Amino acid sequence: MTRTLLAAIARLISGASVRWVDCEPDTCQRVYFANHTSHLDALVLWSSLPAHVRELTRPVAAKDYWEKGWVRPYLAKNVFDALLIDRTHIKVHQSPVDLMLKAIGDTHSLIVFPEGKRSTDSEIDEFKSGLYYLAKKRPDLELVPVHIDNMNRVLPRGEFLPVPMLSCITFGAPMWLEAGEAKSKFLERARSAVRRLKET
Amino acid sequence: MNLMLMDLATFALVGGVLTLLGAATGIGQLLRHQADTGMNPAVIEQFNMRIRAWWLLCAMLAMAFLLGRGVTVALFWFLSSWALREFITLTPTRMADHRALFWVFFLFTPLQYVLIGCNLYDLFSVVIPVYAFLFIPARIAFAGDFKRYLERCAKIQSGLMICVYCLSYAPALLYLKLPPPPPAAAAAGAVALAPVIAAPQQAPNARLLFFFLLVVTLGDAFQYLSEKTLGKHIIAPAISPNRTWEGYLGGVGCATLFGTVMWWATPFKPWEASLMSMVITTMGFAGGMTMSAIKRDRGVKDYGTLVEGHAGVLDRIDSMCFAAPVFYHLTRFIFPQ
Repeated sequence: MTRTLLAAIARLISGASVRWVDCEPDTCQRVYFANHTSHLDALVLWSSLPAHVRELTRPVAAKDYWEKGWVRPYLAKNVFDALLIDRTHIKVHQSPVDLMLKAIGDTHSLIVFPEGKRSTDSEIDEFKSGLYYLAKKRPDLELVPVHIDNMNRVLPRGEFLPVPMLSCITFGAPMWLEAGEAKSKFLERARSAVRRLKET
Repeated sequence: MNLMLMDLATFALVGGVLTLLGAATGIGQLLRHQADTGMNPAVIEQFNMRIRAWWLLCAMLAMAFLLGRGVTVALFWFLSSWALREFITLTPTRMADHRALFWVFFLFTPLQYVLIGCNLYDLFSVVIPVYAFLFIPARIAFAGDFKRYLERCAKIQSGLMICVYCLSYAPALLYLKLPPPPPAAAAAGAVALAPVIAAPQQAPNARLLFFFLLVVTLGDAFQYLSEKTLGKHIIAPAISPNRTWEGYLGGVGCATLFGTVMWWATPFKPWEASLMSMVITTMGFAGGMTMSAIKRDRGVKDYGTLVEGHAGVLDRIDSMCFAAPVFYHLTRFIFPQ
């Protein structure tokens, strides 16, 4: 109930028009990877999925941000069931990638922001390697590029009050790690897949 | 029950509009299902889309009328906000404008509609063009980013002016003091609808707003039809290849004729209704032209996608925005408050 309501509110605030380009909503296991410009990105992307897909999708978010105060932890835990990753202390035998894989089991999907932090301008930063290791350890996961447009104007870095401008979320064609593909080459391919969605 | 906005003449007006829309929908569907009309299917599709948008607008308005003028004002607030967000989305502002935009959306827009609802003419006619217009450049200056400064100020100011200030004059019509309808008509209305209506004092205002919206919308429609059938002399090809002098004259002519015939629904004399319709449609045309120029500058065709495949709210209300203040002021001039 709260989940549906919050998703509706998020869609109203972000005014998001959702486009599926060469891709259809599906409950198969996926990793949605998107550019990151605003704290609202995870929420907006999550709410733009159809309800039955949303139920199975967990956003990956930064622990330091989502554990502050009492609203954010409530939202993260009870509403969109976020997987909180500690960005400051990364343990060797409990790597974020292992945590993510454990969390999704064989039913859930993930939302990740491979830039690792919010980019300041419209240019998409280099991707961190997590996406590569996810793809390598679970080659069956569909990797879906997502481009989030205009959210940096709805809630820019360093602001806490959103302005209700219209944003646009574009889902692109799923991709996979190719046999023997080098890490840097794969990450660059993934990044350009997101960037390409901006123009379509 | 707050049904006081309605009376017999209003019901006649609403009934007429519903019949008209019904007929238009019928024609649209007929054209869609007929294979060999020799007409461009894209044109028919667009015609049907416009009709769907009008149904939506009519349904919303009817609901608002039935629930009273407060609800109507709130509805226009919603329309304004949505149009403004489409406008600002398409005009690039910078990070430093965020706070100014926040106040525009969450202070000046609601404030304008609250003042309309309180009928404070002295205030609602100046808050945006004076105080907001001083506040916006100052707030942006304090944010400390001078890049394209004047341009950014102008963008936010024109958005606020067109989408909020101008449009807010439409619901303001509901608060004008109009001469009471002739006793015979009032009595007929009261008798016919005695069970549902307590006091139809606001009915002339509701009809005035309805008349305004109807003439604006019909002006758009007639203009579109004249352009498609007669259009030859393009006014400004660089701004819009569709807008022609024939379209303008056809639109204004037909809508004025219609407005004159509808004089009985308004507090105007026939010649006043005729003049009003002419002014409304001319302003509406100017509005459409201005918005085309802004869209052309931004390199887009339509303002937004509220419903997939449809043009935005702003595309539907641009002519309304330009016509509303002029219509309000002229009405105020004819019936001094």
